[in-house]
Amino acid sequence: MSAVTSADITRDPFLPNWPRRFGFIGLGLYCLYALSTLQITWDRFVRGLDQGAKFLDRLWPPNFAPDKIAMMTEGLMESIQIAILATAVGILLSLPIGLAAARNLVPGWLSWTSRTLIALCRSFHPMIVAILFVKAVGFGALAGILALIISSIGFIAKLFAEAIEEMNMKQVEAVRATGASWFNVLIMGVLPQVIARFVGFGAYQLDSNLRNSTMVGIVGGGGIGATLFTAYQRFDYDFVMTILLAIIAIIMVSELLSGWLRRVFQ
Amino acid sequence: MSLSNSTSADARALVIKNLHKEYVAGKPILKDINLTVDGRGITAIIGPSGTGKSTLVRCINRLVAPTEGEILFQGNDLVKLSGTALRHARRKIGMVHQEYNLVERLSVMENVLSGRLGYIPAWKAFLRKFEPADIQNAFRLLDAVGLGDFATRRADQLSGGQRQRVGIARALMQDPDLILADEPTSSLDPKTSVEIMEIMVRLAGERDVPVIINIHNVDLAKRFSNRIIGMARGEVVFDGPPANLKDHHLADIYGGESWMETA
Repeated sequence: MSAVTSADITRDPFLPNWPRRFGFIGLGLYCLYALSTLQITWDRFVRGLDQGAKFLDRLWPPNFAPDKIAMMTEGLMESIQIAILATAVGILLSLPIGLAAARNLVPGWLSWTSRTLIALCRSFHPMIVAILFVKAVGFGALAGILALIISSIGFIAKLFAEAIEEMNMKQVEAVRATGASWFNVLIMGVLPQVIARFVGFGAYQLDSNLRNSTMVGIVGGGGIGATLFTAYQRFDYDFVMTILLAIIAIIMVSELLSGWLRRVFQ
Repeated sequence: MSLSNSTSADARALVIKNLHKEYVAGKPILKDINLTVDGRGITAIIGPSGTGKSTLVRCINRLVAPTEGEILFQGNDLVKLSGTALRHARRKIGMVHQEYNLVERLSVMENVLSGRLGYIPAWKAFLRKFEPADIQNAFRLLDAVGLGDFATRRADQLSGGQRQRVGIARALMQDPDLILADEPTSSLDPKTSVEIMEIMVRLAGERDVPVIINIHNVDLAKRFSNRIIGMARGEVVFDGPPANLKDHHLADIYGGESWMETA
């Protein structure tokens, strides 16, 4: 509209954010440094691709021999059992632990105790926990189940506590104003607000436990992992492919199942 | 229901003595409130926002803890109660909230039956095993507020006016000896506001339950109450029947006079 004056040009609409600029420059420099120390060269990358192509070639066609299928089915069934048991027990334990961690429902000392417990459950990858349990209770499915229960608590209880802290306190207050007991306030004021999200977390954790239950076998925690690892070691890549396809199928089914669960409870 | 009107009215009287509340030390919201509310009729508390109306009402059912003072109701000092005794006192005090405060994901019926939560154990609440007589009564109350066909709807499907009707039914479900209404119409349009006030006043009158209403709409307060309490700066500055409330009182309560001239 009016002519641009020198006063207009000197007014800066966006302030430079130097801390952010330094942050990005620092990150870029560190990536270059890390790349240089790990001795990753173009030459090595190309050779690796070549190996990869050979590997992919040997993966196909998958091996559907009856004895292999039987071996795989046994391992897969055990993995599914590990996942479902760990999820069920994990959900049952997460409900009270998550409630006890919500700062808007319980006194401070209790929520801090519960939060510490949750933080401990979250601090290690399920595989590391699985190694601990294999050492503690021996090889087999029990170790896998216990490991996945721990990681389930770490995930569900934490998110459940956060969901409770985000709920509408006015609705809770209205129920409290009727003279309802603490447990009745919980049942009619708190749970209706958060139960759908809790089911969502549980369904997601089942998904995640199915994936992880195929892994714990590698360290002796039972399930398909041991079979898969042995097949890799023996270069039975066609059998590896069969197992991978079966795992993909299971994960897809669980995806459908958890989507359905969420819809039912929304 | 009540054996004799005079005894029930006495039993439902509320006495507030030297009530003092400060959320932040040295900044009082309520300064030395003294009030006696009869056990019948509609008492409207008017005053500008932030003057402590809401705090006063919430001190009565102890959603807010008073700093000092006494609130005498049915032989108890509500200020001193805690635990089970406090819950038992709350059971007889129904509350209607500004934003309805229904549990959105529960059905209308579940929200109304929440009024009985002070009387049933947790396992029954969990299994929704309410007394058949309570369920009967809930249906009757829903009919009375004009929502007989909405019992199984989820509360979040209702309009604001419908939600507040459920809120009234929930409060009456407690079979209360006192109803507190904290700005029950300020989230509603003018026509719905009048409807809600009519329903609340009618149903409370049928049961002879006294009602204390916080309301900033002076016209509604004059139209529906027998007594108006004007508050300003944390103190009671007017107390009397609606007919006695004059412009100079309003000027004192709300400050200035320019806002009245357009009305």
